[in-house]
Amino acid sequence: MNFDYLDELEAEAIYILREVAGQFEKPALLFSGGKDSITLVRLAEKAFRPGKFPFPLVHIDTGHNFVETIEYRDDMIKRIGEKLIIGHVQDSINEGKVVEQKGKNASRNALQTVTLLDTIAKYQFDACIGGARRDEEKARAKERIFSVRDEFGQWDPKRQRPELWNIFNGKIHKGENVRVFPISNWTELDVWNYIRREKIALPSIYFAHERDCITRNGQLMAASPFLNMDEEDVIERKNVRFRTVGDMTCTAAVESYAYQIDDIIDEISASKISERGARMDDKVSEAAMEDRKKGGYF
Amino acid sequence: MDILKFITAGSVDDGKSTLIGRLLYDSDSILADQLEALQTSNRKNDDGSIDLAILTDGLKAEREQGITIDVAYKYFQTEKRKFIIADTPGHIQYTRNMVTGASNANLAIILIDARKGVIEQTIRHSFLVSLLGIQQVVVCINKMDMVDFSEETYNQIVAAYQELALKVGLKNVHYIPVSALKGDNIVHNSLNMSWYKGESLLPFLETVDIAIDDSKDHARFPVQWVVRPQTEDLHDYRGYAGRVSSGSFRVNDKVTVLPSGFSSTISQIEQFESTPDEALAGMSVTIHLKDEIDISRGDILANSSYLPHVSQQIEADLCWMDTRQLDTYLTYFIQHNSKVTRCKIQEVLYKVNINTLEKEYSEEFRLNDIGRVVIKTAEPLAFDFYQDNKANGGGIIIDSRNNVTIAALMFRNVVD
Repeated sequence: MNFDYLDELEAEAIYILREVAGQFEKPALLFSGGKDSITLVRLAEKAFRPGKFPFPLVHIDTGHNFVETIEYRDDMIKRIGEKLIIGHVQDSINEGKVVEQKGKNASRNALQTVTLLDTIAKYQFDACIGGARRDEEKARAKERIFSVRDEFGQWDPKRQRPELWNIFNGKIHKGENVRVFPISNWTELDVWNYIRREKIALPSIYFAHERDCITRNGQLMAASPFLNMDEEDVIERKNVRFRTVGDMTCTAAVESYAYQIDDIIDEISASKISERGARMDDKVSEAAMEDRKKGGYF
Repeated sequence: MDILKFITAGSVDDGKSTLIGRLLYDSDSILADQLEALQTSNRKNDDGSIDLAILTDGLKAEREQGITIDVAYKYFQTEKRKFIIADTPGHIQYTRNMVTGASNANLAIILIDARKGVIEQTIRHSFLVSLLGIQQVVVCINKMDMVDFSEETYNQIVAAYQELALKVGLKNVHYIPVSALKGDNIVHNSLNMSWYKGESLLPFLETVDIAIDDSKDHARFPVQWVVRPQTEDLHDYRGYAGRVSSGSFRVNDKVTVLPSGFSSTISQIEQFESTPDEALAGMSVTIHLKDEIDISRGDILANSSYLPHVSQQIEADLCWMDTRQLDTYLTYFIQHNSKVTRCKIQEVLYKVNINTLEKEYSEEFRLNDIGRVVIKTAEPLAFDFYQDNKANGGGIIIDSRNNVTIAALMFRNVVD
């Protein structure tokens, strides 16, 4: 029987999802509409069908989404028949818990941490499944598959639990929660190869299309009402696609003519820019991701 | 294509991070923006070249102190294989991280500084690699450029290591003279050491054999989750979801549920929308049985002809990973695959001085101590000896006060 590396990665992820189901009382799957969380949904189907998922999907909605992402999300929920909970960053702003950033590089990306922690507290989630991968960024390379957060959502790299063999320790005190990363050991290329193999549909913005863009700090950003623009910004029509799907104000596009998944896989195989290189939020300093994770970021 | 998981072990200055950086760099696994970040960083080697160690030194605290705090996972791929590296720190206070990284590795790279030869830390790392039962070992004698690429120095170190390997019980040991800093014998054959006729490190890693144990006699399936939709059309559906931890199962195999001891026959193996005849080690499937018996999370299915041991009193090797010392009066949790129960560590039989490998008697068991203990569990465990079957032979101890994982266990014997 042929059991190749994608089968092995898939089997490991399913194993981790079932550990979450077995060990926690109120887990949730954090769904961003990006390809990694879409992959997680597919893996959850493989782990739990013909039963229901033992957890709802949770979307932290910045309000600055790509329209295509929201359409995809709603269609998907209809197809799989699972529960979706939405936490709105706008609610956190209205309640005065966070303040909208000002200036040219304003983004709601940082604000969503507060909404996420509030949503976790409101529903008393004890485990949140996420689609982060260790190949994305060097702070993530050091995070466990079961990553315990204190009641402030903080990650403490020096106090991580040793994780041995396939044994995951999910024991926590009330108020704490665990972030679980079933595709920790996948690379970007693995995810794409899996999506191709499984014929998983994706939001259209992952594929090449024409779009109005402006150039910011050497990166192509989608022109949108959410982006603070001034006279210096020149709108150009470009042929682009997105390698990650986040908030419109912090997700950069790459110029591309990859219309099909095969083209994308060829493009990534040949590419010399890593995936998070297209994220403005990591560019702030060399320790940007580490600092955000310590503060409770995903 | 398959996946090779390996660890790198060496002391602080042996150049582990540089070795990994070199593997990634020379195999074209560094992307443009990462390279740019490297070049703009103000850490450089003495000769002004890029410090490749930065590729694995992830955290701010590490960069400030120039050390490696925790296990860092790195991924790369060649045409022949995918690789997962667990870069584990060498200094003594982080032995627990090395044990963590080693628990999932198929192969260990042990680095030796050619100027220093086999030192105390080499003994410790080799002992741990042996204890955790890693199949393959590559000894990289590094910094050969600092000893004028001397064949004699290399041979002396190999001879010293062979003695050590015998002592700690390591088989399948391979030796490669390298310079991670200069790139000799990492990806490309060294022009400076024409006397070395073996393979360079990467070609070796690409082809080394890492067979999985799929024999019937180790067929083990820890049940993680019972799938019971209880809908109208799936009223009688009852499937046991889990991952084959070792060995293989086929439809019509007779299986025994442990620890209860009830037996039944596999009626169907389900893998999402397909129903394969066989489930091999590593596969996540849902198993259906012909008879309705009470099975829940924590139970193990085993091939009825080859049963694991079932006991509440077990002799095990223990690696202590917490700053609070072992307390034989306390009740802890033990987790073995999907089973969690309470336990006591009844007795310390001996500790191993991992620098001299001598057995010592001591009741005190502290951070990074390793030795043999007797464990008593509240409920029986169905386990194999670690040396026979790693996947069903290990467990962890959890502190019931703060829920932290405080020890690794390798089961070695049943106490009568």
